[in-house]
Formats: sequence, C-alpha cells, structure tokens
Amino acid sequence: MNALELAGVSYTYPEAPVPALLELTLEIAQGEFVVLAGGSAAGKSTLLGVACGLVPHFHGGRFDGRAEICGMSLRDHGPAALAAEVGTLFQDPETQVVMGTVRAELAFPLENRGHSAVAVARGVEEVALALGIEALLERSTVELSGGECQRVALGAALAGRPRLLVLDEPTSQLDPVAGDELLGLLRRLNEEWGTTILLAEHRLERCLGAADRVIALDRGEIVCDAAPSGFLEWAHDAVPALETPGATLVAGLGLAPAPAGVKQARATLRAAGLLPDPAAPPAPPAGEPRWRRRRAPPASLRLRHVWHELSDGPAILAGVSLSVAAGERVVLLGRNGAGKSTLLRHAAGLAQATRGRVERAGRVALLLQNPGDYFIHDRVGDELDGAVLARAGLGALADRHPRDCSGGERQRLALAIVTGGEPAPAVLCLDEPTRGMDRAAKATLAGELIDWSARGVAVVVATHDPEFAAGFATRAVLLADGRVLADSSPADLLSGGWYFATETARILGGHHGILTPAQALAELSADPAAVEAHR
Amino acid sequence: MNYLRRASPLHATRAGVGAAYCAAMVLAALVIPNPLVLGVLALALLAAGAGARAGGRVARSLYLSVPMAVLIVLVNALVSREGLTVIARLGDAGPLGQLDITLEAVAYGAREALVLIVIIAACALASAAVDPDELLRSLRRVSFRSALTATIATRMVPLLALDARRIGEAQRCRPNPGGRLAVMRAITANALDRSLDVAATLEVRGYGSARRPARAHRPWSRHDLAFAGSALAIAVLALALRTPFSFYPSIHGSFGVRTWVLAAALAFAALAPFTQRRGIMR
Repeated sequence: MNALELAGVSYTYPEAPVPALLELTLEIAQGEFVVLAGGSAAGKSTLLGVACGLVPHFHGGRFDGRAEICGMSLRDHGPAALAAEVGTLFQDPETQVVMGTVRAELAFPLENRGHSAVAVARGVEEVALALGIEALLERSTVELSGGECQRVALGAALAGRPRLLVLDEPTSQLDPVAGDELLGLLRRLNEEWGTTILLAEHRLERCLGAADRVIALDRGEIVCDAAPSGFLEWAHDAVPALETPGATLVAGLGLAPAPAGVKQARATLRAAGLLPDPAAPPAPPAGEPRWRRRRAPPASLRLRHVWHELSDGPAILAGVSLSVAAGERVVLLGRNGAGKSTLLRHAAGLAQATRGRVERAGRVALLLQNPGDYFIHDRVGDELDGAVLARAGLGALADRHPRDCSGGERQRLALAIVTGGEPAPAVLCLDEPTRGMDRAAKATLAGELIDWSARGVAVVVATHDPEFAAGFATRAVLLADGRVLADSSPADLLSGGWYFATETARILGGHHGILTPAQALAELSADPAAVEAHR
Repeated sequence: MNYLRRASPLHATRAGVGAAYCAAMVLAALVIPNPLVLGVLALALLAAGAGARAGGRVARSLYLSVPMAVLIVLVNALVSREGLTVIARLGDAGPLGQLDITLEAVAYGAREALVLIVIIAACALASAAVDPDELLRSLRRVSFRSALTATIATRMVPLLALDARRIGEAQRCRPNPGGRLAVMRAITANALDRSLDVAATLEVRGYGSARRPARAHRPWSRHDLAFAGSALAIAVLALALRTPFSFYPSIHGSFGVRTWVLAAALAFAALAPFTQRRGIMR
C-alpha cells in the first residue's frame, strides 16, 4: 500500500478561474522522503492539502480524479478521518497551536480519537521524548518561541504515530539553527520510524540532502519527478531558479553529478582538485581600512547604547550601538529572540528605549513581518495613489482585493505603502521579508533594495536567509541576546560560521570569504586550465 | 485566558479544585454581609494572589474593580433614600427631589463595592492560576464540543490581542495611517483569517471525528487535598457563621469578637494551603 496515490487528480478552488492541480498522477511509497519544489502558486500547498484531506473537504471547490491516502479514499474520508494516518504541519507556528499548554496540545489529537487516558498520557510522553520537548510539557503555549512552537506543533502532528507526515514550509519562520534541528528531526523520523515525509520547501539547499525524491510542480502539473541529483540536473536546464547554490557552482565548473548537499558538493570538488585547501591561511578581513571608516558619510540611523528592558522580564536589547550610513545595506542576523525585530522597532520609533537613544536623519520606513497587516482597504487601488502603484509595478492589480494577491505581490504592495508618501524615507527597514518567497521573488526584492540604496536610502534587513543576505548586503551584523556580537562585511560573517553561512561558503569552508556561486566560479575559474584538466 | 504555569501551590492543584477554591471565595463574598469580614477576605485574596505568584495580576484587577466600586458607592449614596443618618444635604436636585446623603447608603454602597472587588479579584486569581485546558477537559465528559469550543475561544483571545497589536503597529508605519474604523475592519478581517487557520488545524488534528474522552485517574496530591479542604472550609464558614448585619434604616451589626474570629478563620482557611511548598513545580 502506498502512502499517497493520485490518479488524474485535478482541483479548482471555489471561484478560481484556473485549476490549482491539473491531471496529477503520482505514487509515493511508504517510507519515502519526498520534497515538493516549485515557484509560488505552483500547486505545492494544494497537493499537500490533498494529502491531508483539507482539499477538497475543507476548502470546497471542484475535485476530479482518484486519490488514496494510506489506503483510504479521499472521496470517503475527510481530514478528521485521515488524521489517524496523516500528520500535518503548516507554515505558521502560532495558528497551529490550539490549546493552552504543551501537554494539552500533544494530548489533543489522541483524545480526539478516543484513546484511553493511559494511552493519551503514554503517547504524550513518548512524542515529547522523541522530539526532545519533555521540558516544555508544562509550559504555556503563549510563552513558546517560534522554534519551540513549531516543534510542539510537529509533536501534535506526530502524536498518533502517523504513517504520512505532510509539511508546508515548516522552516520558513525559523532561524537556521531551529530550521536545521527540525530537518534533522524529520530525517530521524524517516529513517528510524519509517514515517513517509512529504515536504514543500523553497530553500531546497536545506532539505535536498535528506530527500529520496523531488517532485517539481509548475501551474499544477508535475514537471519533474526524480532523485535529487536528477532534479538538479533538470533544474539547471529548465528552471535555474530552483537550482541550489551548490548545484549552480558544480554545474558552472562543468562537473557532475549535481550535488544534493554540501558533503556531496565538497566530494565532487575534492575529486576534481578544486576544493580549496582547508589548511590555507585565512583571507585578510575584507572590511574597509580605518582611514575610510573615519571619513564615512554621516549616519542616517544611529542607535546609541540602546536598552530595551521588559518590566519583570529580560533585556531584549542590551546596550546596542549601531550606525548606518546613507546608501548602506545592512543585514541583521541572529537566532529567534536575538533582538532583531526589537531593534528595527526602535529604529522606526515603534518602541521607546528604556536607556540610550536613537537618532534618525529622516523618516524611517519599516516593513514588518506580515505584509497583510498594512492593508485596510478592499481594493489595492485604494491603498495607494495610482502613480505610486504604477511605479511599484502593481498598476494591473488595482481592482484586486489585497488579500487575493500572491505573497510576492503583497510584499511589494506593503513595501510601496511604507515607502510611499512624503517625505521620502531616509532609512528602509524590513523584518523577515523573504518568508514564503521563492528564489525568483527574493532576487527581485534584493534588486529593489539595491535600487533604494543607490538613491541614498539606508537599508536595514533582519533575515534568517543567508543566501538572500549575500545577494544584497554590504554589511552584516550578528545579534545574540540583545547584543551585537559581530559587525563586519558579509564576506567575513557569512563565510565563517556553520549556521549563518551560505551554502557556497560551507562548501568552500569559508575560503576567501566567497559567498555565492558567481564569486566561487570567478575564483575557481581563475585557473581555467586546472578546471579543464579535471573535466 | 492568560494562564501561565508558575511554581506555586495553587498552580500545582488540579484545575477543578483550584476553580472550586476561587468559587468559594466568590460565594463567601456574596453571602457575608459584614464589611469587616469582606475587607479581610479581600486582603486574604491579595495575599493568596501573592502566594500563587500572581499578585501582580490580582492587584491589577483593582484597576478595573476600584473605579466601578467608587461608582457604586456614589450612585447608591445619591439614589438611596432609606438611611436615617444624614451626613450631607445637597439640596434640591430638580426631578430627583431633595438629595440627602446618608451614612447607611454610603456604607451599603461600600459593602456592595467590596463584594465586587472580591469577585473580580477571585476571577483574576482563577484566570492566572487555574489551567483552563485542564478545567475544560474535565468538562468535556459532560459536553465535549461546548467545552472544546470554549477552550479554542480562550486560546483565540490572546492570539487576536497579539494580532490587533501587530496590525496597530503596522498602521503606525504607514505614512498616512488609516482611521480607527478602517483599522478595526482590518483586525476583524484578520480575525476571520485566523479563525480559518485554526479551524484547518482543528480538522487535521482530528477534531471533526472527536469522541468523548475517557475518564482519567489522577491521584490526589497534598495540594489538591489542601485546597479542596480550604474551599470547603471557606464555604462552610461563610454559610454557617453569617453574622447578622443590616444597613437600613440604620446600621446594626457586630464588630465584636465573633466577627473577628470569623474573619480570622476565613483568612486562615484561605491562606493555609499556601504553606505547603513541596512538589509545587510540575
């Protein structure tokens, strides 16, 4: 019996003009680890919805074809019945936790199935131990961090020992550490419990190493179904936006096979004699010389020893000093709870420092994590002046409801709202702007930020995405426990660590501060003869 | 609705017993007419809040109850005509007639105000120290879906409050912030989205096919016994030892030894369980 079997499945959401899934035929065997790839609106979430029964039972719409999940027909079984075999984890941790305490949350699915009190207690203990969250059992769910919340939601999804686990971008709101921990857990569940994993993810470089198979979707159709290496080779020719940085690097050097992870990429480069010598002396710091720093342009934003101390609570910011010059592009990195968002709130005047002060050269535009929070009208055209809308490239959406726009469109609209109006902003701050974005949308956003800085606007972005940071930042600041741990060039910061590092930097071991495949190709291709010799 | 697990005897008690303890306080406030005993009960509640490491929450409930209490005293003093001891003559107030403030009306109003303060403080203590999940889970055997719906509603309240704060912040970031009405609409629309997300989560957790939970056996801890005994003692003391007290037409009541003994017994019954400090961290 397969974990998932689809035959000619087509699905159209209510009132949608085009189908979200089109004639899908697919089999996923028990114990497989399958990654769903594709751009925004490719149909990944809809396919996951089919796997857990929300499509069509919860969303409605028109459904054709045959779907069987763990031997149960989708026509006869809704999500509640399928929950016995399918565990589901969505993107937003907050809305997935429905009870007040962690213990109650883990017990909830078991109680719903009418398990005895002993079986519920045992199931809760086992899943808590398996996920390492036993210390959280008595905690209130409102006290949990994003990473903890996601683990608890995963625990609730796993409490009944489902055979199929369906995950929709579960790491998009997690820092790299928590994201890696979650993916490690999934790999362990797959290997040790034999749980079938069906995972949709935009940051493929994080999960391909664990996958057995990748299914790429485009406009509701399967365009590739192959092992990770085969998928990456396909993506290199067909959809480069889906290619991982490691695969881009290896393919750019004319090598094969396309690597599914850092280990494989290093092995390929090592075999070709192209992996930099780890014993080589580290590159000199890439920061500007001191004389340049002294003559730096005046700051657009300056935080002087800013403290944010909660009454009866910890200090979220502990004496942060930071100066950002006009035209500078700064990325803030750090774990969940490091103080990045609070720092941006202080920059924009949404929070008042309990000690220290913030100086601004002009208006600070802040785009918070949820672009939807900025929309107050029923038409995109009512949110903004027509000229500003056209300038943002959103003129065609004027009559649409803001909530009907795609993730990338919402982001652009919200960005246009905060940057529109007079006076023009002196500083532009963005908090986690790439959540749920595909690689193409991230590249577009990075380009927009570079344009803003070229106009003299200081750009400060808090993100967990090192690849995105490497694409736009000229300076990187690492925060931890409300303090600035490091403040240097992206090449220094993003090439030297394990977690806050790009995939290219991890492959090359931080060699010469190389962060992107393009930089790596330029460096490694400096001796074309060596490359050619090993092809 | 803002329950946070703390290391305290009341938190360590099973939810049903904790709720009964707070309910006994409310019962005592409703049946005891003597303002002195009520005052002692109010102080005991504040001390119980501190003992449950929820002193701030209970004290903050005074922000809500004290203005209402002042209003009750004022209104009763102005509208009650039953007292005999006039302490102020405010003259002719048109259609309201002659306004005379009497000592009895003020005292009765103060007594009613104290009842309100105690009830609100007891509710604040319950919301801070009684696990709503556990309480509602025990009710699920009676009415599964109603209890679960109440659980979800209690979960949605802090979630929506967070959303409202977030949307408010986002509006402050707009160069031309929307009006109050527009922001309210945005918050409402967001609440609907949130509800859909939560509903989808409930579906995939099997709520649609939910069955009545099995009875759980849990041994009674020392805290369960202590607070159950305390709740019983408070209720019995309040019901059996009610000291007669009347406000109209003139104040007649005891402030003698018996009243002081009752007040002391109530305070002791309310606070004694907090001396048990073993096993308070689950």
